[in-house]
Amino acid sequence: MLTVDALSCARGGLAVLHGVGFVLNPGEVLILRGPNGIGKTTLLRTVAGLQPPVAGRIDAPAEGLAYAAHADGLKAQMTVVENLEFWSAIFGGPPIDEALRAFDLVGLRSRLAQNLSAGQKRRLGLARLLVTGRPVWILDEPTVSLDRASVALFADAVRAHCAAGGSALIATHIDLGLQAEVLDLTPFRAEGAPGEASPRPRADAPTDPFDDEAFL
Amino acid sequence: MSIWEYANPKRFMQVSGALLPWLVGLTLLTLIVGLVWGFFFTGDDYRQGSTVKIIYLHVPAALMAINAWMMMLAASLIWLVRRHHVSALAARAAAPIGLTMTLIALATGAIWGQPMWGTWWAWDPRLTSFLILFLFYLGYIALWEAIETPDTAADLTSVLCIVGSVFAVLSRYAVNFWNQGLHQGASLSLDKEENVSDVFFFPLLVCIAGFVLLFVTLVFLRTRTEIRQRRLDALEARERLA
Amino acid sequence: MIRLFLRDLALGVRAGGGFGLGLAFFLILVVLVPFGVGPEPQFLSRIAPGILWVGALLACLLSLDRIFQLDFEDGSLDLLAVAPVPLEGVTAAKALAHWVTTGLPLVLIAPLLGVLLNLPGPAYSYMILSLAIGTPALSFIGAFGAALTVGLKRGGLLLSLLVLPLYVPTLIFGAETVRRGAEGLPVGTPLAMLAGISLAVVALLPFAAAAALRINLR
Repeated sequence: MLTVDALSCARGGLAVLHGVGFVLNPGEVLILRGPNGIGKTTLLRTVAGLQPPVAGRIDAPAEGLAYAAHADGLKAQMTVVENLEFWSAIFGGPPIDEALRAFDLVGLRSRLAQNLSAGQKRRLGLARLLVTGRPVWILDEPTVSLDRASVALFADAVRAHCAAGGSALIATHIDLGLQAEVLDLTPFRAEGAPGEASPRPRADAPTDPFDDEAFL
Repeated sequence: MSIWEYANPKRFMQVSGALLPWLVGLTLLTLIVGLVWGFFFTGDDYRQGSTVKIIYLHVPAALMAINAWMMMLAASLIWLVRRHHVSALAARAAAPIGLTMTLIALATGAIWGQPMWGTWWAWDPRLTSFLILFLFYLGYIALWEAIETPDTAADLTSVLCIVGSVFAVLSRYAVNFWNQGLHQGASLSLDKEENVSDVFFFPLLVCIAGFVLLFVTLVFLRTRTEIRQRRLDALEARERLA
Repeated sequence: MIRLFLRDLALGVRAGGGFGLGLAFFLILVVLVPFGVGPEPQFLSRIAPGILWVGALLACLLSLDRIFQLDFEDGSLDLLAVAPVPLEGVTAAKALAHWVTTGLPLVLIAPLLGVLLNLPGPAYSYMILSLAIGTPALSFIGAFGAALTVGLKRGGLLLSLLVLPLYVPTLIFGAETVRRGAEGLPVGTPLAMLAGISLAVVALLPFAAAAALRINLR
């Protein structure tokens, strides 16, 4: 469903990950781990198609990815229902009732997003995934500011999604209680990235002209 | 061997390094010959007196002000299509030179305009167009300076340069429509009727050649500086992370 | 796309959307001008077309950075970029929403402010016509500028520096239409040029703006 092969990506002109590869089949969950700053967000943004890879290949179904990052993409002056309906219309996804139920938002239907707590906002942001109707979820730290009960709701939603043939790629540090593959990104740290010594080129004479680090 | 070989930063540094001393010498020679010839060995114009001699600075500077933008446009297109970093950096390097040329053209024009038209500034179409060109240069340079990621900056300034070029041409016509001006017609054209007389023409040609050489030399110098700056930044970034 | 347009419209009008700020700015600007240049009616009526056009342009500029900045900050722009709608359409819809919330009210209030500036009688229809034709160009050029500067922390000032030179042709032909109209001269040429600029800008600049957005998002 989603195949990533020998992928290298960069952030702010600096290489962060090198040679990442994995396969995500329908019904599977893949959890990305690694210390802060290793490039989890960069990798997810690259896979989601928001930034071009430096090298490597990403095979994803056309219009099959739903991406959720730290920011929820909510409008403070719109209600819960309006926010969800907007994204449902944009993605041409299913009606929103199911999503409201799955993330326990029914009671908050007509509350303005600015009056939600941080955890409620997060739940709304995750409910958005359901209304996209897309098979592959790409999630960046989805459980930030969620309480224990909400994390369980989220895990249930991921399970239901996978049972229906979907799959999820999740960067997270906590244990979600999901049956999932875990990919540690530490071995893929790029040369010269944080914490690794490498030979220094002289300012005027890069070792390989076309591989000049300054012109990534 | 194709011309794109020179788009490799290392290759560019080698070739430009070898060429630079010759270019500097040739530029100085041409400029000195042209300016001395123009300033001291041509007669005064029968109507304009000795003020006419400012054309040896004014006309070449004005030409280069426009040509520098053209060169930036070409370099931007090359960057967007072929992603050669030297091209993007050359566009960046050319912008302040073009800005300076625009300023020289405006300033010498004002100095000449004061005795001739009796005013330092008039909202004449040509003058106004150059003022607008000046603003375009300012915006372009400001955008380069504002963005930290070099490739993003190169991409965005290239897009701005292309859109800006269209609007610059549009502005030129709009300004022409808006106000018919005082400025005389082109000093140089293939149509012999309009041309300045030969006495002024040949030293002027030498001066133009000198300015073209000066521009090329400065772009080479500044592009080299930009490349070194990029390498330095990469080293510093690595240093900070290590 | 229509949904996005409607959403931006709703957000613009709701509390904190900044709707009306541009209008108020336009009003204040027009009120301030006579204090600066003196109250003679003949003089005011001569410069009225220019003042109204420059005022409309500045009022438009005021809200440009909101077109993409808010969506960029709350992550909506990332989501729109991966949504099954072309980014070119997104920029066009957002620029159009900006015009409806900013440019259109300016068009409607301009005749009222024309009274304050003693705008000559025949010029009113040309004023409305030229603003109605010209302000969409202002919004679409502005959206391009906003797309260029969306990732920057203090992009507002830079945005003005980038966008104002691009406004020159629109301003020239717009104000020229009204000036000629006021003097009873034929207005065909500037009006046709203004319409041409608007149409070309509306058709082409969303592509440039979308390209700039893609670069800024990565």
